[in-house]
Amino acid sequence: MDSYKLQVLHISKSFPGVLALDDISLSARAGSVLVLCGENGAGKSTLMKIIDGVYQPDKGEILIDGKRVHVRSPIHARKLGISMIFQELNYIPEMTVEESLFCGRLPTRAGRVDWKAVHRRTLELLEKENLPYSPTMRMKDLSVSDIQMLEILKAISRDASIIIMDEPTSAITQREVERLFSKIADLKARGTCIIYISHKMDEIFRIADDIAILRDGRVVESRPRSELDIDKVISLMVGRKLESTFPKRAIEIGEEALRVEKLTAPGVFRDISFSVRAGEIVGFAGLMGAGRTEVMRAVFGLDRYASGEIRVRGKRVRISSVRDSKAAKIAMLSEDRRRYGLVSVRSVRENMSLPNLRQFIYRGRLHGLKETKVISDICTRLNVKTPSLATAVEALSGGNQQKVVLGKWMLSEPDVLIMDEPTRGIDVGSKYEIYKLMGDLAAEKRALIMVSSELPELIGMCDRIYVMCKGEISGELARDEFTQEAIMRLAMGFEKQTKEAS
Amino acid sequence: MSGIGSARISWSSISRSYGIYFVLAAMIILSSVINPNFFSAENISNVTRQISVTTILAFGETILIICGMLDLSCGSVLALSGLLSVASYKLTGSMELAFAVAIGVAVLCNYLNAMMVALFNAPAFIATLAMQEMARGAALLFTRGQNIYQIGDYTRIGQGSIGFIPIPLLFLVGLFLVTWYILNNTRFGRGLYAIGGNQEAAKASGINVNRTKIIAFMVNGVFVGIAGVLFMSRVNAGLPNGAINYEFQGLTSSIIGGTSFSGGIGTAGGTVVGSFIVGFLNNILNLANVNSYLQQIIRGAIIALAVIYDIWTKNRRTRSLVRGVAAAK
Repeated sequence: MDSYKLQVLHISKSFPGVLALDDISLSARAGSVLVLCGENGAGKSTLMKIIDGVYQPDKGEILIDGKRVHVRSPIHARKLGISMIFQELNYIPEMTVEESLFCGRLPTRAGRVDWKAVHRRTLELLEKENLPYSPTMRMKDLSVSDIQMLEILKAISRDASIIIMDEPTSAITQREVERLFSKIADLKARGTCIIYISHKMDEIFRIADDIAILRDGRVVESRPRSELDIDKVISLMVGRKLESTFPKRAIEIGEEALRVEKLTAPGVFRDISFSVRAGEIVGFAGLMGAGRTEVMRAVFGLDRYASGEIRVRGKRVRISSVRDSKAAKIAMLSEDRRRYGLVSVRSVRENMSLPNLRQFIYRGRLHGLKETKVISDICTRLNVKTPSLATAVEALSGGNQQKVVLGKWMLSEPDVLIMDEPTRGIDVGSKYEIYKLMGDLAAEKRALIMVSSELPELIGMCDRIYVMCKGEISGELARDEFTQEAIMRLAMGFEKQTKEAS
Repeated sequence: MSGIGSARISWSSISRSYGIYFVLAAMIILSSVINPNFFSAENISNVTRQISVTTILAFGETILIICGMLDLSCGSVLALSGLLSVASYKLTGSMELAFAVAIGVAVLCNYLNAMMVALFNAPAFIATLAMQEMARGAALLFTRGQNIYQIGDYTRIGQGSIGFIPIPLLFLVGLFLVTWYILNNTRFGRGLYAIGGNQEAAKASGINVNRTKIIAFMVNGVFVGIAGVLFMSRVNAGLPNGAINYEFQGLTSSIIGGTSFSGGIGTAGGTVVGSFIVGFLNNILNLANVNSYLQQIIRGAIIALAVIYDIWTKNRRTRSLVRGVAAAK
């Protein structure tokens, strides 16, 4: 049957060191919703960016209405009838609704912008789609959901026949979700082909006609909704086999090193209670936006918390800056090492000694020789590959940069080490070295917290796992309870739902 | 194996690190060929006296630019602090007091700059622009726009010599050592580089960002105050309208000396060299009787070239280092 609106055939795409997409083939029909789901890093965004013309595929082709097309750029994609609605909405706060709608394609008359026509056409569109905005409202006065609606309106006004939505419900309320869904139903009835990216199970089963599941850059399943159920989708999403590549060591668990009680930051996370013991590796699982990073940033003093308490070795501490957490012997590797971990233009040596300069002060002066010796030792221990200690860290590979960040915090001799996505964006070899090092650090009686979106590494390395969902801890699992399915259920808030239903 | 190779020495790395020193050397040689007067004791003494003031201002600018800030107020603050210093000397005849007044006033002005930046998060550009206006206004108000003459022995500092070495040159050397020490041997210095390179990472490493910025401005204040005394005593008067646009000479010297306007990069040595390049260039253009308007065009073109060179080498540095790392594996 050749009634497909959009087809991608045998698409492959690799980035340096990563095969992001591996022979992907998908088809979507007009007047239907194809839901694309998969874990973080499964390749969903890369695929969408290829359809949108941001990336060019290494192999494979895209067909629209059965005809082969070459999408050169996002602007070209618009011309082909493809519209993309991003998860992070891009808009200019000071623009008015009408300016935003016709941005980049303002009608002109005799070389001047025909504002009358813009105004008239905006009014027509808003009326036709039954949206209650005035064309002269400013974007900054609208809610996220309003802006999303306007993005859809923009797509409609361009006569888009294919609309891609990337996790559109991640930032809007339940009522607004209903509005979005009725708009989607409306678009379907008009014959628009919709590709909807999500990993929220309830949504997926409400709006999908077909479901495609991506994992590690491959399509593992693509079927009509009626042939799938929630459990099947979850297991397909996470279903890779656990490799035995985790050098987990048996370490005697010691005293409690850190206890957090009812930590709350309104609108970000609430009632977060957990503890870590010396020698223990505790994992934090959850979907993006569940609030894991935010909790850790508060514990490390980068963000404020409103109430709750933090106890270090039984003693209550007030942490309001990184200096406080350093004094309490807490260290943290940020998930975003370029932004929070490294001063990229400065050298390996300077970056590693930055939080530890006191160690190298001798008679009021920085002792260069001692510094060089200590940094050189830790580089050897961590196997940092760098031409010299004076090399700017921006020149190192991702794995080596991560080792520099790790090294700088190891030098501070922390009792509690928080690692937020410690293996994100680094090569397999470096990953393994970091796992091994985590074992060494635990053996030195340090308490480790690992925040990760990669379930296999959490399961492979942790003694206990807390799962967060929507700013709360939705469950705690002991090592013998670890399964990817159990974690995913808690992470998606699905566990709670079934409990209430039964 | 540790994986840390020794840094290999190549022509490109030498030219990157020391290129600016070659430029200065070439300029001195060229200057002496163009005009034999260049190397006369009188000319050298004159040039160094002139250069000293702007170089000292450039040290302050370098410290601030490394930290991601800058000071547009130093010309005005120099005038205000120098003027008050001259006035206090005329009243008391005490050179110690004159120095204390100059440094005190300049530090106070810079403390206000720092408060605007650290407490109210104002960009340094705006904060110091405001101070530029205020300090100049205060200087003019103080003397009702009049110059102060007959300043007596005050001139010994700017015009005198110890042996054959002009006194301002001694200050220049002393403050160079101070700047070098701060940038290389103190936690404060490392904080400056870290904040300018990546303020959020500096904060996440436990650097006290606000305190570092405040201290940076106050150090700048000490430098500006000393420059104020040197300036007024060299010109033999208290000039409320003196040192106009000196902030730009300081900035120019610093940038030509390799300080990166994106922050996090810069050295004391580079700043001295940058300042000498600018100073010698002015001198040789004067000796060669080049039209002063044309001189201005040349100075501007040199700033543009310095910035292009900075950006260009930054890109090349990254690329060649990436290759170096790949080779080290």
